[in-house]
Amino acid sequence: MTAITAPGLAGPATAARPRIGREWTLALPLAAFFAVFFVTPLLLLVAVSLYADAEMTRFGLDQYIRFFGDAFNLAVLGSTLLLGVKVTALTLLFGYPLAWLYTRSGPRMQSALILVIILPLLTSVVVRTFAWIVILGRDGIVNNLLLSLGLAETPLRLLYTEGGLVAALVQVQMPLMVLPLITTLSRLDPNLLDASAALGAGPWRGFLKVTLPLSLPGIVAGCLLTYAAAVTAFITQSLVGGGQMLFMPQYIYQQTITLHNWPFAAAISIVFMVSVLGVVMLFNLLGRASKGYVHA
Amino acid sequence: MAALQSARSHRHPAPQPAEEDSAVPAGVAVTLDGITHRFGASTAVDNVTLEIKAGELVALLGPSGCGKTTLLRILAGFQAQTLGRVVIGDRVVDSLPPAGRGVGIVFQNYALFPHMTVAQNVAYGLEARGAARDAVRARVEAMLGLVKLDAMRDRFPKQLSGGQQQRVALARALAIQPSILLLDEPFAALDKNLRLDMQIEIKQLQRRFGITTIMVTHDQEEALSMADRIAVLSRGKLEQFGTPEDVYDRPETLFVNGFVGSANQLRGRVVRTSGGVAEVALEAGTVLSAVTPDAVLTAGDPAILCVRPENLRLATEAAPQQIAGTVELALPLGPVVVYEVRTADGGQVKVTEPRVAGAALRAPGTAVRLQPISPQTCRAFAVPAGA
Repeated sequence: MTAITAPGLAGPATAARPRIGREWTLALPLAAFFAVFFVTPLLLLVAVSLYADAEMTRFGLDQYIRFFGDAFNLAVLGSTLLLGVKVTALTLLFGYPLAWLYTRSGPRMQSALILVIILPLLTSVVVRTFAWIVILGRDGIVNNLLLSLGLAETPLRLLYTEGGLVAALVQVQMPLMVLPLITTLSRLDPNLLDASAALGAGPWRGFLKVTLPLSLPGIVAGCLLTYAAAVTAFITQSLVGGGQMLFMPQYIYQQTITLHNWPFAAAISIVFMVSVLGVVMLFNLLGRASKGYVHA
Repeated sequence: MAALQSARSHRHPAPQPAEEDSAVPAGVAVTLDGITHRFGASTAVDNVTLEIKAGELVALLGPSGCGKTTLLRILAGFQAQTLGRVVIGDRVVDSLPPAGRGVGIVFQNYALFPHMTVAQNVAYGLEARGAARDAVRARVEAMLGLVKLDAMRDRFPKQLSGGQQQRVALARALAIQPSILLLDEPFAALDKNLRLDMQIEIKQLQRRFGITTIMVTHDQEEALSMADRIAVLSRGKLEQFGTPEDVYDRPETLFVNGFVGSANQLRGRVVRTSGGVAEVALEAGTVLSAVTPDAVLTAGDPAILCVRPENLRLATEAAPQQIAGTVELALPLGPVVVYEVRTADGGQVKVTEPRVAGAALRAPGTAVRLQPISPQTCRAFAVPAGA
């Protein structure tokens, strides 16, 4: 480009400049899309949250003051963030062995496992959640089994409990944890564990000292995706959790659709978003630290 | 080596052999007794028996897929053989895991722990074996001194050159005082100049400690230059186990003759045999005497006669036992010239001749007579099935 318009300036620096100079224009359509459909609504949300009253007549920080002044609101936020932690921890606990099994299996077993792992992504969340209602209900599979085995006298209450919700979310979000873990674990050189064994380390030592630290980037990525998905899982939270438990997505929905208190709904949305972002950033920091640790 | 030492001597004063020698025990004998290994229907290792003496450096040499790496993995305990016994020292180790066998192993890609420093890598085996902190530190220092990497102790593997990484792998393997050292294609990942340096360095360490060492390689030059004895493997079978001189000068099978060094393979028919020597009438129109190592040839059998290019000379006067031909191509390779000679039956024979400074090369089309240096340098083998 420069070579044509100003041949006298030809050189490594000037030759490189037009390449960097023009390519960003390729990102313009997407940037415009994001500006219109993401940034603008977000700014609108912030603006709406700054109305002092539900009728949106004057501005003020009243909504935020109201949110943080009420222990109930903080409890909803706290239990939502905690729900994410529980789901993420359990998903990691069940997902890691699954990912490890995948990397240690033969090609035929791998195709079978990947189908099992991906399958939840191929069905709608609504369908998967209804399946959980069938499993956990009073007359569901779990209760029937417990009763027929004589392990319980009367049907247990599984649906509309936090335990049931966590179990459902763990299953629904499992692919988000397992797929990044598989990617990281597959990249591990199998000779590393052979070397560890030959040097006298048992399988547990080899796992704790070699496999686990080297799979940290995958763990962080998986936890990040699972956490963000679990705390915002409106459908599963509402259907399996029922009306007994209130989490932030459902709370926002109530304020908007049922109570028409848009400024308060906007304010708690902002609070929720910032809180989740905070947790995500914490994960990211951990991830960066672990990357430095692994690739230093 | 002189260059290697002088290049590093500013950082590394004299090592203390006395202290280090006592730190690594002398090698032990290793016996592979009738080892067979099958993967499903295919046999990777077929009834291989090797008796390796204490302190010996043995190379397992063969093309890829010959079973040499499988044999090494069986020896280390990463794989259980289908049949046979592995004896290290005076113990049958078949039921022992890798850690119980006292083997140190250096992998082809070194398999250094990427998230640990050099010192942590070397300390890994010692810590796994529950050594005391001070003992670990002292041992790590000694090993890093041994491989001349004291200055690199806090670096990560990625910050090291290939040769340095290999020395870390070696220090890590030797730190646990193994009774045998296994090297899996140890020089394959190094460039040519560095390879020679490391070959000398490893050979010296091995000599100094007298540690029994088994090295897997597909590189015949590496095997010939480093090993006390070479086990040549082909398709899972042991073809020959002997000193480099044995393997090179007295190959026992057609495969060994062709795989180690280069050989002209001339087809013919046995005229008569007596006392391990056969007279073979070649298709090229000459009768040559040759040693018959496998002793299955009798008069009338088809045979392949092998003779190395350097064991042929271009004769000036006519005599019996000469092959007539014409020069097709001359390749001056510095110290020697390789001539490609076309024989009367249309076959090609390579012959090398020392290059005399200033002497003209033989022009293509020149009629020449090829003569083996002696009948002992010609070897006749039965024609393998399907060849």
